[in-house]
Amino acid sequence: MLNFLTSWKWLILFALVPLVAALPLPDFWIVQLNYIGLYALTCLGLVLLTGVSGLTSFGQAAFVGMGAYTTAWITLNLGLSPWIALFIGLALTGVASLLVGLLTLRMSGHFLPLATICWGLALYYLMGNLDALGKYDGLLGLKSLSIGDFDLGQGRAFFVLTWLILLTAVVGVTHLLDSRAGRAIRSLKTATQMAEAMGINTFRYKVTVFVLAAWLACIAGWLMAHFQRTVNPSAFGLKMGIEYLFMTVVGGVGTVWGALIGSGLVKLLDDQLQTLLPKLMGTSGSYEVIVFGIAMVLILKYLPEGLWSLVARFLPKSQRKVDWAEAAALPERSKPKTGELVLDVHDIRKQFGGLMAVNGIGFQIKAGQIVGLIGPNGAGKSTTFNLITGVLGLTAGHVQFRGETISGKSSREIARRGMARTFQHVKMVADMTVLENVAMGAYSRTHQGVLAGMLRTNRQEEKQLFKEAQRQLERIGMGPLMHELAGNLAMGPQRMMEIARALCADPALLLLDEPAAGLRHKEKQALADVLRQLKNEGVSLLLVEHDMDLVMDVCDHLVVMEFGTLLTQGTPAEIQQNPAVRAAYLGTEH
Amino acid sequence: MDFSIASILLLDGMTNGAVYALLGLATVLVFTVTRVIFIPQGEFVSYGALTLAILQTGKVPGTVWLLMGLALVAALMEWRSSGLKSGLKTLLLPALASGLTWWAAPLQLPLLIQAILSIAVVTAFGPLVYRVAFQSLESASPLVLLIVSVGVHFAMTGFGLVFFGAEGYRSPSFWDTRFNLGSLTLTGQALIIFIAALALIAMLWLFFERTLFGKALRATAVNRTGARLMGVSTHTAGQLTFLLAAMIGAISGLLIGPSTTVFYDSGFLIGLKGFIAAVVAGLSSYPVALVGALFVGVVESFASFWASSFKEVIVFTLILPVLLWRSLTTVHSDEEH
Repeated sequence: MLNFLTSWKWLILFALVPLVAALPLPDFWIVQLNYIGLYALTCLGLVLLTGVSGLTSFGQAAFVGMGAYTTAWITLNLGLSPWIALFIGLALTGVASLLVGLLTLRMSGHFLPLATICWGLALYYLMGNLDALGKYDGLLGLKSLSIGDFDLGQGRAFFVLTWLILLTAVVGVTHLLDSRAGRAIRSLKTATQMAEAMGINTFRYKVTVFVLAAWLACIAGWLMAHFQRTVNPSAFGLKMGIEYLFMTVVGGVGTVWGALIGSGLVKLLDDQLQTLLPKLMGTSGSYEVIVFGIAMVLILKYLPEGLWSLVARFLPKSQRKVDWAEAAALPERSKPKTGELVLDVHDIRKQFGGLMAVNGIGFQIKAGQIVGLIGPNGAGKSTTFNLITGVLGLTAGHVQFRGETISGKSSREIARRGMARTFQHVKMVADMTVLENVAMGAYSRTHQGVLAGMLRTNRQEEKQLFKEAQRQLERIGMGPLMHELAGNLAMGPQRMMEIARALCADPALLLLDEPAAGLRHKEKQALADVLRQLKNEGVSLLLVEHDMDLVMDVCDHLVVMEFGTLLTQGTPAEIQQNPAVRAAYLGTEH
Repeated sequence: MDFSIASILLLDGMTNGAVYALLGLATVLVFTVTRVIFIPQGEFVSYGALTLAILQTGKVPGTVWLLMGLALVAALMEWRSSGLKSGLKTLLLPALASGLTWWAAPLQLPLLIQAILSIAVVTAFGPLVYRVAFQSLESASPLVLLIVSVGVHFAMTGFGLVFFGAEGYRSPSFWDTRFNLGSLTLTGQALIIFIAALALIAMLWLFFERTLFGKALRATAVNRTGARLMGVSTHTAGQLTFLLAAMIGAISGLLIGPSTTVFYDSGFLIGLKGFIAAVVAGLSSYPVALVGALFVGVVESFASFWASSFKEVIVFTLILPVLLWRSLTTVHSDEEH
């Protein structure tokens, strides 16, 4: 519990709940607050799913329905306690969301929302047509929730129950997002390729997030069923599913507080509009959808961060407290001895349709060597790089890393074997701090998962992670910038941050893709110093680079490519003298 | 079930499937050019069918007023961004369509002319919807566009309720003849549906393969920045695409109107079935969308025979195996944003 409630702020929030219940509020407002709490619970799942991970679901209402109908049917027909029914509901929802997630999340982003629309509709019609579920009339006469003889299911007691569950979920999600697993989840929206290169299984995290969101919805449904004491399909249709998303977007899809603000505002507005608009129109009907529809478009256009962003502007930004100075160092992997063969690239080929982008490239890197891969634009350097790191599949040939064949493995598996890389175009999570971004590099050296993140049983490892991240940042001279948001950095520091992140992986081989591109002269000098320092520390490096001064300065061995083929290789001095290389770069006299 | 029932169901399914095919094509068209997953496609269907139904009663359909309202908003936005002249230009087509319809409504003109007027009114919605809701979001992610698209769907359904009321209408059949082929009866309307669907598909093909405008749209679909640098306006491309989508929607509405009672919110489900067809095609291939749509139509018609109350459940669950198949056959890319 002490781990879980890490700060006084949370304790105060939790203490506020019974206080509000004790206030002399009219019952009407307590009922409103109950609904807001229930909606917010579902919206919290959407924050995790849509705001943080960039996945959209219009089918959350269907998961609410699954929770509600499961408990309704079980308590009415089998006479079991609602508390048991909750877990059966969670199990069913878990299976259903796992299935939908596994089917859709491998494909590009827009297939999930489409699938959830269809899934929401199918479930709605199923609920509305099954005799066992009372068709469109639904199921009536549910018991209220109780512990022993104490009735929890109505009025103020239910308010306390709902809001305590909601706050627990809020704390859990907040903690999760500030953990090893959470940083992986935050990379899903914009930087999956980078995450995979850090050894993160992004597909598994996408499915996990989807199931978590479904579970939150299921709990809301379970509460709702016993609060209303009746269930019918209309509350779980597609319209409601869309409304949940709308609430989240209005409040602010990127933060947990957005879920609360959004559901509160929309619920109150909904009530007002439902009485006001039919009066204006003179007939009954759900005219509020017009307002919601237009508001949705306007908010996405003019306030894409939601209403919470207006509040957040005035909140003080707190810096992460450095509490990891005493933490133990992360274990390091065994390094190859100087001179040992680290990477053996043998006759690799890559064909894109009729184009042979890489044709028969082969070279070796020994431990403690800096090897440069150079060549004119379009020579196939980046493709070679992607072939070695597993981003692209080989057409022919093979690659061995520390004696093990790695060709055919995914970039994630290769990363876990101790090969770290940077990207030609910087890839990072812009709204995380430099320190957090760099800590992602050590992902595959650590183990604490989603549950540990939520419950904060991961503190020890988190401290180790941050200590390592800070150490790597200081190693390349970026210590003072560690609390800055990564997106605020200039190009040079961003590239250095990528190097620190790669170093955090404790690599046996470090691959840098054009690290000097876009750097200023001073920054290039600093980079060269860092590279030499790394070499002295025994790290092997493969460098794709255009900047000849830098390449000639730091590399021990150069591999020159032209039109996808190997032009020559040798020491920098040999390459500088080579007429074929000069011709490739400068052209020939005729 | 004997052969005759099966063939009746098959024909019935193919007829609906042909309409779904049109909607599926429109969905693919809109997505490839603008990356908008256009949920409100179905609203054009109900707008089309209901506009014709109201014209039949000799009244001025509410879509006329809605169109003028939307046109005014679009014109104001256009005025602010590119001046008075282009603002007025935005008003031109909608004013023409709604003016004509307003004038012609009490005259009880022949069905065909009323049909053309209905198509004209609904088609005019297309570019306006794009201008008002999507144009300024051209560079947003497909996800944002999808949510906006749902917002537009909400608004259009609500306006449908305001302007048409909660009552359902059945629009008249264009051709009441029946052809008896053994045990099978082919209605004139079914024949019209097939011919219209084929003709539209052929026209779309010609448009994209043979005209410069069509090629420009395809270029926009492949590379927006590149197309813009070559002088293709993405605004124009988007508006034109939405014009086509609205027209296809309206025509689909007129085709399906005689065989089912259309309510203000019926379009959504009809559109979604076209959607499943489009998903079968991975939102990219026209011929596969056509096959997918016929398949959806046939499944639906057999499902309504065997388990009529679970018809929708079966049709919409169909997307799961379809997605499974797609996820196994397509190579997924890591960076989709």
